[in-house]
Amino acid sequence: MLDIQKLVKSFGTKRAVQGLSFTVKKGTVLGFLGPNGAGKSTTMRMISGVLEPDSGDALIAGKSIVSQRREAQAALGYLPEGAPLYDDMTPPEFLAFMAAARSLPRSERKSAIERAIADSRISTVCGQRIGSLSKGYRRRVGLAGAILHDPPVLLLDEPTDGLDPNQKRAVRALIARMAPTKAIVISTHTLTEVPAMCTRAIVIDRGRIVADETPEGLRQLSSDGTLEGAFTKLTDQAEAESA
Amino acid sequence: MNYLRQQLGSFVPVFRREIGAYYSTPMAYVFLAVFLLALGMFTWEASGFFDTGTADLSPFFVWHPWLYMIFLPALAMRLWADETSAGTDELLLSLPLGMPGLVLGKLLAAWSVAGVCLLLTFPMWLTVNFLGKPDNAAIILTYFVSFLMAGSYLSVGAAVSALTRSQVTAFVISVVIAFIFTAAGWPLVLSGVKSIFGAGFADLVAQFSFLSHFEAAQRGVLEFRAVLFFLGFMALWTILNGLWASRHRLG
Repeated sequence: MLDIQKLVKSFGTKRAVQGLSFTVKKGTVLGFLGPNGAGKSTTMRMISGVLEPDSGDALIAGKSIVSQRREAQAALGYLPEGAPLYDDMTPPEFLAFMAAARSLPRSERKSAIERAIADSRISTVCGQRIGSLSKGYRRRVGLAGAILHDPPVLLLDEPTDGLDPNQKRAVRALIARMAPTKAIVISTHTLTEVPAMCTRAIVIDRGRIVADETPEGLRQLSSDGTLEGAFTKLTDQAEAESA
Repeated sequence: MNYLRQQLGSFVPVFRREIGAYYSTPMAYVFLAVFLLALGMFTWEASGFFDTGTADLSPFFVWHPWLYMIFLPALAMRLWADETSAGTDELLLSLPLGMPGLVLGKLLAAWSVAGVCLLLTFPMWLTVNFLGKPDNAAIILTYFVSFLMAGSYLSVGAAVSALTRSQVTAFVISVVIAFIFTAAGWPLVLSGVKSIFGAGFADLVAQFSFLSHFEAAQRGVLEFRAVLFFLGFMALWTILNGLWASRHRLG
């Protein structure tokens, strides 16, 4: 479903992503982990076609993000970091814009918008401008925009950031419900989210993959049997190696 | 055909989104009110609309380039800079949209607000028709060229807006560029250029001036080259706009 091939991106002299490759199959929920500045968001941006990679490619449902950008983007739902949205719109207006921008057939737009509103549980705030919504609701409006066209590949950057425990549980349930038919990549630095949502976890540091395991396998890499221990060990180790 | 649809398919959603942004906030209304007020003030107070003794709109049209120069960059400054500073450019660029449609959708949304503004000056037209018998064909023509000129100013503002995340910076730079293209036809500037570089060069400078191209239209003469100039000018800045907006993908 999603095939990442040797993605490379530099900003000036800083090499943000250094030849990242992995594949995500249908039914997999991949946790994409790493310390701040490890290259998570840069990678997400390249996969979504927002940033052009210096080299390498990402195939989304078989379409290249470099040479068939629009076809690839059509198969992708993307929630950018911080869930940027148009503040002057109401959630239904925003979703109508997304539906038009994604060229959904007119007859399907209304039902797609209703489904996305129900799935992301934002029906109570539909009359409000997005600018007046709390962080948790904004995130869910962004999520509704990402799942609107029922894409085969979902790319979610910090989808549960700023949500209260009940909302987190609702988002997890939604992801679990969508998981069997989609390839989902979730970038997060909240480690507790990983066993709750993901079937596989990739840890990156300084633009390279340092671990690719199941959450259980990741835990066993540490000395104390916790994800946190594994995370610290892996990313510290990389730091020590490069020093 | 298919290629065109891919490239321009983004026009309608983006245009509608931008129109919504102008009219769902006070932005468009404030702009319309202040622009019309300023235009009225200059026409009546500075030009003495009623003292000219002739029933025409030249005391009104003469201010268009100058007011456009200040006001239209304010209308265009948000088009791209706002997306960049709010982070919504990331959302926009992740959608399967063609850049040409994006650029044109934004520009035409702003241009349509300017068009509404021109339409709302109809009381001026009613007044001259009430007072005398003006040449209405000439007036329509001047309105048309003025509308094209407004599009030219907006195309500069939109392109510059794609270069920065700050709306204020976009505004200031756009006004400076707009001033250069406006005042290149100013007699003061032209005579200065003539005395330094000679008459030939002064003519060349005047070729790029909004004032000279608008001048014939103000007299009710449709100069084909003026229309071509404004269309070409817009095309050039719209292409720059597309290039500068595409740079966002490079990081």
